[in-house]
Amino acid sequence: MNVVIVGCGRVGGFLAGLLDSEGHHVSVIDIASTSPARAERAWFQHLPASFKGETILGDGTDLDVLRQAGIERADAVLALTEGDNRNLMAAQIAHKIFAVKRVIAKVNDPVRAQTYRQMGINTFSRTTILGTLLLALLMEDREVGEVLLRKSLAHEEELAHEPVKAR
Amino acid sequence: MYFVVAGAGEVGLHLSQALLEAGHEVTILEADRRRANYVQERLGSIVMNAAADEGRAQMEAGCNRADALIAVTGDDAKNLVICQLAKLNCHTPRVIARVNNPKNEIVFKTLGIDETISSTRVLMGVIEQELPTGGFMPLMPLAGTPNELIEAEIAPGSPPAGKTIAALRLPTGALVGGIVRKGKLMAADDETTLEVGDRVIVLSPEVSESEVRKALFG
Repeated sequence: MNVVIVGCGRVGGFLAGLLDSEGHHVSVIDIASTSPARAERAWFQHLPASFKGETILGDGTDLDVLRQAGIERADAVLALTEGDNRNLMAAQIAHKIFAVKRVIAKVNDPVRAQTYRQMGINTFSRTTILGTLLLALLMEDREVGEVLLRKSLAHEEELAHEPVKAR
Repeated sequence: MYFVVAGAGEVGLHLSQALLEAGHEVTILEADRRRANYVQERLGSIVMNAAADEGRAQMEAGCNRADALIAVTGDDAKNLVICQLAKLNCHTPRVIARVNNPKNEIVFKTLGIDETISSTRVLMGVIEQELPTGGFMPLMPLAGTPNELIEAEIAPGSPPAGKTIAALRLPTGALVGGIVRKGKLMAADDETTLEVGDRVIVLSPEVSESEVRKALFG
């Protein structure tokens, strides 16, 4: 699969690594942020050392940047920046302008997530997903999160043994 | 008429003031508490300290009875979502979005927001009118470099009309990227002769802009 990921924070970087290690072609876009808090940090620092895909520095809601990332050949686009609105804009551009088949946007505000889902944009809200999972754990309702937890723990195990990027 | 203005930056503040002076009813949504207080002091109690991109705040501001919502924050993605939510949830009959990146005008149209205002484009229009001898438009900076893209139309009687590009004597570092002649894009080299009505696309260091202007307009 050809996958474009907009936003390379912890989630974006983690998922890009997973897809890449499974043999998919991944392009990751992250903004050249002007905010001092982020400018200090290395771009794409959350990508694993083994990542073989492409990294593009730019605005993931800009048509030309998306083209550069290969959105015209993409089978899937995931919008995973820190901003709900940016994710919704990037997802709509992918869906309506580039006709990408599978588009998912991370939207932390559950109300906005639901509104756009009704408009045909696939959204998920970490607020409700994580909240529901935590409640289930607290109530010892194992059924809710069993598969999810087993898989995430396995990924964590792999990450812990990830080789360090040599300079 | 009743207007909801999303965002109380400089644009939002002065727009609201103008609307109030014209006798309209206005509610401003501003997420930043200090800015909201400041604008409240200047314009009176028409400011709601709430995020305009949240459906509940739009409801409370009365978007469902508003004649129009105008989203004027400095963030294009936010303006898009504000307008879409107002259309979808509140059925606001007119939504108008400020577009900061001119490229987004077409994106907004495709995504269902028909009315956009691009401050960049408005300014460009003003500049064009100020220069009756032909359009000289710095289009945009080339991201991450000290260079920019300039478009210039060759006016009748101007120095470059009928000359080759080599004879223009463009400043060092500037180059002609291409020409739009009668609506068609064509490549250009030193030997290409410029005709009246040609629109020349020049790539130039930003510091050399005035020299480029001189070469093209004398």
